[in-house]
This record gives sequence, C-alpha cells and structure tokens, in this order.
Amino acid sequence: MLRKIRIILATVMMTLITLLLLDFTGTVHHWMGWVAKIQFLPAVLALNVVVVAALVLLTLVFGRIYCSVICPLGIMQDLLSSMNRKKNHFSYSPEKRWLRYGVLAVFLAALAAGVGAIVALLAPYSAYGRIVTGLLQPLYIWGNNGLAAIAEHYESYAFYSRDVWLRGAPTLIVAVFTLVLLAVLAWHGGRTYCNTICPVGTVLSWLARFSWFKVYIDTDKCRNCSLCSKNCKASCIDYRNHRVDYSRCVTCGNCLEKCEFGALRYGRPMKQPATQPAPDQQPDTARRAFLVGGSIVAADAALAQAGKKVDGGLAVIIDKKQPKRTTPITPPGSISAANMARHCTACQLCVAQCPNDVLRPSTDLKTFMQPVMSYERGYCRPECHHCSQVCPSGAIRPIGHAAKASTQIGHAVWIKDNCVVLTDGVSCGNCARHCPSGAIMMVPLDPDDDTSPMVPAVDRSRCIGCGACEYVCPARPFSAIYVEGHEQHQEI
Amino acid sequence: MNEKKILSRRTFLKALGVGTATAAVPSIVGCATADHQESPQEPPVGKMTYRINHNTGDRVSLLGYGMMRLPTVGAQASAREDGDAEIDQEMVNRQVDYAIEHGVNYFDTSPAYCKGRSEHCTGIALARHKREEFFIATKLSNFSPETQSRAASIEMFQNSLRELQVTYIDYLLLHSIGGGSDAMQEFNRRYIDNGILQYLIEQKQKGTIRNLGFSYHGDIAIFDLALQMHDRGEVHWDFVQIELNYLDWRHAKEINDRNTNAEYLYGELVKRDIPAVIMEPLLGGRLAKLPDPLAKRLLQRDPERSVASWAFRYAGTYPKVLTVLSGMTFMEHLKDNLLTYSPLKPLTKEEMQFLEGVASDLVSYNTIPCNDCKYCMPCPYGIDIPAIFVHYNKCLSEDNAPHDRMDPDYAERRRAFLVGYDRAVPRLRQADHCIGCGQCEPHCPQRIRIPQELRRISEYAETLRREKPGHHHPDAPKPQ
Repeated sequence: MLRKIRIILATVMMTLITLLLLDFTGTVHHWMGWVAKIQFLPAVLALNVVVVAALVLLTLVFGRIYCSVICPLGIMQDLLSSMNRKKNHFSYSPEKRWLRYGVLAVFLAALAAGVGAIVALLAPYSAYGRIVTGLLQPLYIWGNNGLAAIAEHYESYAFYSRDVWLRGAPTLIVAVFTLVLLAVLAWHGGRTYCNTICPVGTVLSWLARFSWFKVYIDTDKCRNCSLCSKNCKASCIDYRNHRVDYSRCVTCGNCLEKCEFGALRYGRPMKQPATQPAPDQQPDTARRAFLVGGSIVAADAALAQAGKKVDGGLAVIIDKKQPKRTTPITPPGSISAANMARHCTACQLCVAQCPNDVLRPSTDLKTFMQPVMSYERGYCRPECHHCSQVCPSGAIRPIGHAAKASTQIGHAVWIKDNCVVLTDGVSCGNCARHCPSGAIMMVPLDPDDDTSPMVPAVDRSRCIGCGACEYVCPARPFSAIYVEGHEQHQEI
Repeated sequence: MNEKKILSRRTFLKALGVGTATAAVPSIVGCATADHQESPQEPPVGKMTYRINHNTGDRVSLLGYGMMRLPTVGAQASAREDGDAEIDQEMVNRQVDYAIEHGVNYFDTSPAYCKGRSEHCTGIALARHKREEFFIATKLSNFSPETQSRAASIEMFQNSLRELQVTYIDYLLLHSIGGGSDAMQEFNRRYIDNGILQYLIEQKQKGTIRNLGFSYHGDIAIFDLALQMHDRGEVHWDFVQIELNYLDWRHAKEINDRNTNAEYLYGELVKRDIPAVIMEPLLGGRLAKLPDPLAKRLLQRDPERSVASWAFRYAGTYPKVLTVLSGMTFMEHLKDNLLTYSPLKPLTKEEMQFLEGVASDLVSYNTIPCNDCKYCMPCPYGIDIPAIFVHYNKCLSEDNAPHDRMDPDYAERRRAFLVGYDRAVPRLRQADHCIGCGQCEPHCPQRIRIPQELRRISEYAETLRREKPGHHHPDAPKPQ
C-alpha cells in the first residue's frame, strides 16, 4: 500500500517537474511552477519559511518521504535502479558517516563562502534540472519542431518551431557526467548517492531519525530470512539485529511488500526494538546540526538585503559573437551578482524557459553554470519576465513589467570602429530606433557639423541594459553597440 | 449494368467529339451519368489568339512566356523564391515544348533574371526548336554601375546572344527605364552618355535586333521623354512594355503617388500606334490570390474558370496589346493561361466595370504593392524584403492582422501573424533588422518606400509581440 502510494505520487511529481523543465512556451509554469518551489534546497535559499517548515514537519511525521516522492533526482535513481532486473541484489551496509558529513561540510563551507559551483554540483534538484534541460529538452524541442512542420503544412498555427542550440558546453558535460555517475551508482547500490553524497539527504536524515511513523521489524514474526535487506535500495535494514537505519530509509515501502511473514510494518512502533542501542547520543547531534542549519538560513536572510548585378538572392548573415563583457549581465530581478551567486543552484529552469534565447549557463568558474545574459539571438524583451516567475531559489526575484522597465541591469557601450555608419558609409540608427527606454540618441559625428554622419550616443542614466540595440545592430560578428553588465542593479 | 456501361461510353465519346465546349455547357445528362472524363482544364491545340506587330508583321501569341520565375529542382517554389536552388532544366524544356505546341511563340527573359541564369536555361530550351517558331525578347539590364560602360554594356548584349544560342534578338528592350533615385540621370548614364542606345539602333539596322523597345517602371518623366524621342524621330520604338492590369488601370497612383495609372501609359502608346507588351498582368500573383470575399465574387460569376483568368482576359481585351507576359513556374499555370487565350473571350463592357469594382475594393485592403519581383534583392544587410511584404499582405488579405485587442479573435489572429511571420522569414531577416540605409529603394519597379514600409511592419509586429492577450501592460512603450 505504502509502496503503491509512493509510486503514484512519485510518478505524478516526476512528470510535473520534467514537464516544467521541458516547457519553452512559458505556459506550464503558471500551473506547475510550485513543484520547483517545494524543493528543499531552493526553498531554503529563497528563505521560503512556509515550504521549509512544511518539509521539516513532513519528515518528522513520515520520515524521508521527501526523497522518494518530491526530489526528482531521487525518483530518477529509483527508475534507473529498477532497470536492474537481478533479484535481491541489495544488502545491508553500515552508514558511511564520515563521507556524508564530509560532503555536507564541504557543501556548507561552499555555501557560506559563496562558491556557487560546488553548491550547484551537489544540489540534487539542480542536477536533475541540468540533465533534463541539457539532454531531454533538445529532443522535446525537435519533436515540437516536427509537429510545427506538420502544422505549417496544414496552415495551422498550433505549434511554432524553436531553435535548438548549445547554450553551454561545460554545463552539458557536467549533466552527462552526473547522469552516468548516478546510473552506475543506482544500478549497483540503489540510493547510494542519496545516502552518502547528497547534502539534502544528510540534512533530512537527522530529522528522519525522529520521525513519528517509521518502518520497524516485528521481532515476533521475523524469521531472519534477509529478504527485506536484499530488497532495500537504501541498504539500511540490518535484518540480523532487526534494526532499520532511519537516517537512510526513504520510506519507499519495498520491504513491507517483500516480507513474506508480515514482520515489517510502517507506523508507530509499538515497542522498542529489542536490540536498539542507546539512542542518547543521536538527538544531541541532530539538535546541534539543526541549529547549524537554522543559522545558515539566518545568514542568508542577511545576504538577501544587499553591389548588385542580378535580381534575387539573400546576403549571407554572419553569426554574431558574444562580446567580452567586463561584468556579466544577470537578469532583472536578480538584484545583484552577489545575490545571484548566493542563491542560484544552477537548475537551468530559467535558461530553459527563456523565450528569447538570452539566458545561458555561465562558463566562468566563479559563477559556474549560473545564468548569464547575452544578446546574439535575441534581447530581454519588455513583455517577458519568465525567469523571475520560475526561479525557485530566490536568485531571480519576481519582478513586474513596470519594475523591469525601470531596472538597470547594465548599460550600452558604443564601439566606434564597428559601426556601419562609419565602416559602410550608410545611415543607420537601428539601435536608437529599437531602444525601449529612449536612451540612445543619434548625434552628428562632428559636433560642429550637422551634416556629418549620425552616430549613436548612449544616455547611461536611461539605459536599462535590455540589449535591444546589441541584438538589432547590423555590425557582425561583433555588434557596434553592446551591453556591459552591472554588479548591482538599480532602479532608474 | 451492361446497358449503363454502353450508355456511359457513348456519352463519353460524344463528349470527346464536342471537346471543351461540352465542359462549358452545363451538364444536362443528369446525375446518373455524370461521368465526363475529359477535364475542362486541358487547353486545346491550335486555338491560340494572335496579334500582329505591324512593324515587322510578326504574328505574336497573346500569351507570352516570362522566363523570370523558372521552376527549381524538386522545389515547391520558383527559382526566385529560393535563390540558391538549381533550375529544373528538364521541367523548363517540357513546359516550353508544351507552350510551343499550344501556340505560344513569345519568350521574354533578361540577363538579370533568376540570379543571371534565366537566359542560359531559356537558350537551352529554345535551341531544341526551329528558330522561326519563336520570338525571343531579352533586355539590356545594365543596372549595376560596373556594367554601364559602353564596353561592358555591349558585352552584356553579346553575351545574351551567346547564352540564348541565337544570332539575332527579335525583341530587345532597354530594361526598366524610369528607375533609380534620380531617374533622368540613371537613364542618361545607362543608355545615352555611353552611346548604347545608338549602338542598339545600329544593331537593328544590321538585323541583329528586329524590334527595339523599352520596359518602363517608375518616373513618368522618363516615359514621356522616351515617347518624345520617338515623336522627334530620334528613335523608333517598335514596342513598349508596360504594367497593365485591372488594379493599375485607374488605381496605381492612388496606391502610390509616385506611380502612374496604366490608363495613361496605354493611351499614350495607342496615340502613337506603338504595340504594347504587358507585364504584371497578375501583379506578381496578387490578382490570382485575392482576399476571400473578392475571390468569391469572381468565382461566383464563373465557377469553372480561375481567379487569374479574369486578369488575363482583362489585359488581352485591349486591342493594341501585342502579348501578355506571364511568369509561369508550374505546368498548371501554363495550362490555365493557355485555356484563357485559346481563344481569348474578350471582356464585355459590363465585365470590365465589374472588375473595376473589384479593383476599388482591393485598394481598400491597404496591402503593400509588392509583386515579389525581387529586384530589391539581395539586401546587403540580409533582410528578406519581399518575403516580409508577402507575409504582411497575406495576413491583411486573410484578415490575420489584428488591430484591436478587444477583438474576440485577437489572440488567434495575433498568433497567426507572429507564428506565420517567423515561418515566412527567419528572425534575423525580419523587418526589425532593416537599418534604413535605403539601398533597395531605387531598384523597386513599384517605387515602394521600402525602408518606411519595413519600419511600419516592424513596429506593428512589435506591438503585437508586446500586447499579449490577457496580459495588459499599460507601461509597455507604444510604437509611434
């Protein structure tokens, strides 16, 4: 029963979260955005007290059910593990405490020091986000493009095609590597990753030790057949001593169904298992750890405050190249580079959602895999604020259209040597024409000669850094006007 | 059963005997024997209408074959739509053979057409026929300053002879006079200052050119000047190629004040007894694909004939018209046009008035008068100008260009416009990338103010993009 409920819930959750990560139309998040927001680590980083409290309560009541039905990476490992058809291939192993706590310590240190790359690598939901957006979304878009081609044939506008492009090679490599590692671990050891590496798993394990409901062995009925241990993907049932390691049990219910004697139960243990060791030490550790966790949350709150001869033909369009920006541009709502670095777990949800192909994962080591903006394929359009709507971790805070239109995330810089007015001797002004905030003015090159070529001049006080100018600039491969990011966003 | 079969065969044979006439007569046999096997769409042989060119006595078919929109290999579009695709020579040969078999004898090309490949392909197709069977028309298309020197222009003419595999040209045209940003200067530079007009007159005396004429678009002063030269005896125009159709007859100036009504152009030619060759009888296909309500009016009057056939009958009805050119990409175009002119059924006065009514309604759709001729292309900045105009016009005609957000169909029509726009034109070739340099504008035979129109479309598309249905953003900046 428990197993069935778990499988149904996990399937629903997995489907919703995968759909959310695959969607590129900006419609799914209206209905399913919450599935990303109830993920533990993003909720902690977003200081979402309600969600964190609910998850803590959930774990205190039911055990680590979170890892079985909410965490997509956990569900994915169950899927991978179930592909191994060999029967009874698991076995009990003692907890590798030094590894768990070692990884958690590194993770907390990285979080405190603002080393986003390590946080991002270890965050379970984000790892899943990278796998789906990097490996699955291209297939999804290609499928959609096939439908769009069919729709076009029948003059229907139900589907439209989207470009598939490599947003960031290093992030893709990380996603592939994560998937391979997890596949190997899950194939052999089920939840090895969750119970030795995952920092969220380790934090929840402290709570799970005290959960109200838990799996326990009725020693009167147990015949020590070992079937439960051999089918426990968390390797947490010590059938010899009739003990279950609750720090690793993800309440999947597999053992309950496997036991032929009805010796395993899920609920409130009626009596203490006979061989339960003195549990006195454990609560202490847990309480201490919980306090540490609480202080991280508090620390985060503090951080958040801061020549034509013939007819026809098309001229070749050279692909634009990304200019070297001294300061990377982060999307409106991210408040500052520091806020982004502190909160982002690089789940790629915003990148996958960006309808204008502006966001892509950073390749810079300091902000590795976190979203940065560039305008070769489009610009940050005024009617769009998808990224701020979907971000589950508070790295990009919700921002309205009006606020976005007056938030300066960078400013445009003119590069005289690239400007077609001077290189091709034509009149242009396309940047000024498309500037949504009227920050670009066309002025004569020679201030004393009104008949000299008109070139753009940027009024920095009005520029918001949306990149419309950079995108429509005819100079290629480098635009003659580009946006330089601001570390701290400003209201103008 | 057997009896019915025999009866059917008899009816069928009868139908064969009567030929197409049967198709035109409403079937009176009754539904039990509605088995006319012969399609009314097959044009008859030997019924083509001809017009006589009094200058040389040429007997010219009323349908002229324009070699500007040749078919491409395996493509669904003509060589003009897909510039890089290879021309389907086999198909060109087949269609030219079919045309000649059905009486077409006038073939019109230019060194500029199909990115310069048209003459070559036309030459191959026609070399398979006797030289007396066809008249060939080509042009001196020295638009580029590099080809405007005397030597380069002469070379262009000589090259036409080589490509077309002929020793003489039946109809040689000064190509599209009246264009350019300063039309007078352009005309002098192309044909007068370099002595090319004089050279062509000499070639005519030598017999290398049988008829000398010009095609005209644009500045009316040049048209008038050319005819004054004719009046003064400086040159004798054997024919003149003008744009004529039921929209341009009285509305060309109304649509674009820089243009002239066909009524005036044709009238001036009639006064001087100069045969008129007609181009753009269909306005680049726009008169073949009318907005639904207008198409319905035409089809209601004659359900068995195409919308395009009305435009061809219109152009052919004018008696001084020597031939009507049509750029026929597909066999279906050719067959349909052959049917219209084999023989021509001139329009009655009432039918002419009916078309005038259709024309005035068509003007009210405010489409951009682009015929997709691609003279403006390639745009040095990669904009696909004609594709943008074609999409915009299509949306106007199909009522997919919403203006009012309160419109109940707004969301659907907005989507049709924007999704269709991305399908028709890649993002980087859309109107928002036009920088307004204006290099295209002098090339446009319709004298469309291209950068201005592109900016209008760009602003329109931008408004649609910003005004999402159901998401009202009062703060979104509105385009001027």
